[in-house]
Amino acid sequence: MLDFPRWKTISISIILLLGVIFSIPSFLPERTLNSLPSFMQAKVNLGLDLAGGSHLLLEADIDDLRKTQLTNMEKTVRAAMNGERGPDDDIAIGELSTDGGRISFLVRNQAQLDEARDRLFNQTRGAALTGQRDWNIDIVDTTRIVMTPTTAGQTQAVAEAMDSARDIIDKRVNALGTREPTIIRQGNDRVVVQVPGLQDPAALKELIGKTARLEFRMVDPNADLNEAAAGRVPVGSEIVPYAPGEGNGAAFEVLRRQVMISGDQLVNARQSYDPQTNEPVVTIAFDSGGSNTFARVTAQNVGRRFAMVLDGQVLSAPNINEPILGGSAQISGSFTVASANALAISLRSGALPVKMAVVEERTVTPELGADSIRKGAIAGIIATVAVLVFMIIVYGRFGVYANIALMFNIALIIAIMAAFNATLTLPGIAGFVLTIGAAVDANVLINERIREELKRGRRVFQAVDVGYAEASRAIFDANITNVIAAGLMFWFGSGPIKGFAVVLTIGIITSVFTAVTVTRLFAARWLHRTRPTSLNI
Amino acid sequence: MRLLKLVPDDTNIQFLKWRQLAMAISILMIVASIALVAMRGLNLGVDFVGGQSVRVEFTQTMPPIDEIRSKVAAIGLGEATIQQFGSDKAVSIRTALPEGDKAAAEQAGQRLVAGIKAAFPTAETGSVETVSGKVSEELLRTGALSLLLAMVAISIYIWIRFEWQFGVGALFALFHDVALTFGFFALTQLQFDLNIVAALLTIIGYSLNDTIVVYDRIRENLKKYRKMEIIPLLDLSLNETLARTVMTSFTMLIALGVLLWVGPDVIFGFTAAMLLGIFIGTYSSVYMSAPILVWLKVGPDSFVPRTVAGIEGGERVERKDDGAVV
Repeated sequence: MLDFPRWKTISISIILLLGVIFSIPSFLPERTLNSLPSFMQAKVNLGLDLAGGSHLLLEADIDDLRKTQLTNMEKTVRAAMNGERGPDDDIAIGELSTDGGRISFLVRNQAQLDEARDRLFNQTRGAALTGQRDWNIDIVDTTRIVMTPTTAGQTQAVAEAMDSARDIIDKRVNALGTREPTIIRQGNDRVVVQVPGLQDPAALKELIGKTARLEFRMVDPNADLNEAAAGRVPVGSEIVPYAPGEGNGAAFEVLRRQVMISGDQLVNARQSYDPQTNEPVVTIAFDSGGSNTFARVTAQNVGRRFAMVLDGQVLSAPNINEPILGGSAQISGSFTVASANALAISLRSGALPVKMAVVEERTVTPELGADSIRKGAIAGIIATVAVLVFMIIVYGRFGVYANIALMFNIALIIAIMAAFNATLTLPGIAGFVLTIGAAVDANVLINERIREELKRGRRVFQAVDVGYAEASRAIFDANITNVIAAGLMFWFGSGPIKGFAVVLTIGIITSVFTAVTVTRLFAARWLHRTRPTSLNI
Repeated sequence: MRLLKLVPDDTNIQFLKWRQLAMAISILMIVASIALVAMRGLNLGVDFVGGQSVRVEFTQTMPPIDEIRSKVAAIGLGEATIQQFGSDKAVSIRTALPEGDKAAAEQAGQRLVAGIKAAFPTAETGSVETVSGKVSEELLRTGALSLLLAMVAISIYIWIRFEWQFGVGALFALFHDVALTFGFFALTQLQFDLNIVAALLTIIGYSLNDTIVVYDRIRENLKKYRKMEIIPLLDLSLNETLARTVMTSFTMLIALGVLLWVGPDVIFGFTAAMLLGIFIGTYSSVYMSAPILVWLKVGPDSFVPRTVAGIEGGERVERKDDGAVV
C-alpha cells in the first residue's frame, strides 16, 4: 500500500492543486471576482436561507386547465361545423353539452355524420409519441358524436401548459428587475420561483398569482339587473361579478358572452396616469387586427357600455362616448402605481395558460441570512481549529498529516461545489462540519490500527502498510452506507435536505480521497526518506 | 513528546457481561420513547402540518410569551404556537392553516406578518414560511419514506457485505437510535421539521459507521480466532475498536458542541438532534448491534464458505430437513 509510482504522485498533486485554485473564487468578494478570467469565476451559490430572498412553489389548477381545454374544444366544434364554403357547407348540430368532461352533440342530418366526424378528426392531434390522439371521437346511437379527452392527450396538454406557464412566469419575474431569479418546473404541475435578495414577496405574488386573461366585452344593453339577479339572464349573455373594490356598489354586470377583443391581441401595456383624474391606469395598445375590431365595435356602439374583464372579474365598464380609433385603450380601476405596474407586466407577458396557486412560500431576510453565515462561519472555524489541535495532541506527526489532508478536503469540497454550481444552505454548513468529522474518523481508524499493529510487534513500515490496508475496508463500507443515506435524502428530500445531501455526498467522496490516499502519500514519502525504526503515534 | 491516549493500552472491559441489563434498558427506553410520542406528540413544524410560521426578533426586551400569544390570537388566525430560540430575543410564531378557500391561505402569511408588525412595532420579522396542507402532506410522506428506505437499504447492504445476522443487528440498532431521537423531540417539544429529518438520516449514517467498524473487526476476529467462544470474541473486538470509537465520538462532540454553542440558532434543533444522536449511536453500536449477534448465534462458520467447510471438517456439516448434505 505504500508504493506510489511517479504518475500517481503527480496526479494526486494535480488534483489537490486544482482543488485549492478553484476553491479560491468562493472566498473572494464580488469585485475581485469580476476581474478574474471567466473560468475562475465559478463560485458556490448561497441558498436563500443564507443569502435571504423568497422561495415560492406554485401549483397549476389542473381542473381549471381541463375546463379551458373543454371550452376551447367546444368552440372548435362549433367552428368546424360551420363549413368553410358558405351556409351550404354547414352541418346542423344540436344538444351540445360538455357535461362530465366530454363533448357530446347531435348531428341533425344522419347523412352528414361521417363528414362531421372527419372534420373533427382534423382538429385533433397525435399525443406526443404515444400513438394516441388527444381526443377520442365516438359515434353513439348512430346520431350523436361524443368526444372524450384521452389520458395521453391530457398529459400532453398539462406538459405544454406548464412549459408555457414557466416561460411566462420567467418573463414576469425578470420584469421585476431582481438579480438572478431561478424559475424551474418541478414535477408534473408545479413551478418553483426563487428570487434571492427579495424581502417582500407580496409584489412577486401579485405578479405571478394573476392569470391575466384580459377580455373586452359588451355590456348587454337589454339586461335588467334585478331580473338578472333573480336568475333571468338574456340569451347569449351572462353575469360577471365585479372585482373586489370595483363597481361603485354594483356587484355584477350582465355581459355578452362573445369576446370583442382578448389579451392576446395586445402589443404593449404600460402603467400611466389618467389625464383627467391623475389616477394610475394601464395603457394598452392593440395589434392591427385588435385595433380594427376595437374601432369597428366602438363605432357601432356609441352610447353603450363595454366592460374590461380580467380573470373573470369586471374591472370597469365605461361608456363609449365616441368611436375609439388608433388602437389604444386605458384600463382603469382602483389601482395603485404598483398594482397598475404589475398588471401591465402581466399583460405584456401574456396570460398564463392555467391558474397558478402558491402552495409553499419561504422568505428569509438578508439580515437573518447574513447573521446565519457569520455564526456558521465562526462555528466552523472554531470547530475546525479545535479538531486540528486535538488530532496533533493525539497522533503527533500522523495527526499533522491528517490535518493537512483535512485542509485539502475543505478546499476540494468548495471547488467541486463551485464547479457544479451547487448551492450551500444552512443545513449544508452542518453537513460540512459533519464531513470534517467523517474525514477525521477515517484517520482515527487508520492511526489506531497502526498503533495496534506496532503493539503486536510489527516493524514501522509494515505496521503503517497493514494499518492502511485493514482500516480501508471498514472506511469503505462505512462510507458506502453514508452515500446510500445521502442519495435517499437527495431523491426524496426537498429544499434544505437536498442542500445537506449534496454537501454530504461530495464531502464523503473527497474525505475518503484525502483522508486515505493523501495521508498515505505523505506517510509513504516520510517513511521512504527517513526509514524510522520507531514511530511515535 | 508523549502523545495523548484517550483509551489506555490493554483496556479490557467485559461489555457483554452487561448485555441483558443493557438490552432491558434499551427496550425500556424505546418503549418510553414511543409512549412519549404517542402521549405528548411531536411539535411538528409548518413543513409537516402546514400553516404559517414567522420568526420574530425583538430589538428591545422581549414581551412575555403570554402577551405575544394573546396579541397574535387577536389577528384572527387561531391559536399560535410560540417557541423561543436559544438565548436570543427571537421567537418563532406559528399558526395553523386557515380554513376555507385557497385565496385565504395564500394571504394568511402576509396577514400574520402585518398583524405582528402592528402589535409589536419594534419587532423585526426575519423569515416567513407558508406551507399549504397538500405540500405539507407530501413532505411528511416523503420524509417518512426516506427514513424508512434509508434504514432498509443500509441493512440490506450490510446483509450483503456481512451476514444476515449483522443486517438484523444493524436494523435493530438503527430502530433504537431513531426511536430515541423521536422520544427526545417529544420530550423537549423542540420543533420537528424537515431539517430534523436530515439530522435523523445523518444519525442513521453515523450510527452505522460505528456499527460497521465494530462488525468489520468481529468478522476479522471470527476468521482469525476460530476456536474462541463468541462472547469473549465480541468483547475482544469491542475493546480493540474502543479507542477509535471514543476518539471519533469525541471529535464529533467537539465539532457539534461548537456548532450548538456559537452556531446559528436557526439550526439549534438540528444540532441538538445530531449531538444526541452521537451518544445514542455510539451506545447502540456497542450494546445493541454486538449482543444481538450472540442471540442470533453468529459463529466461526458464518464467514467460511459452507461447501469448503463441509469438505474440510466433518463436525461442521449441516443437515437440511430433507437429509441432503450441504
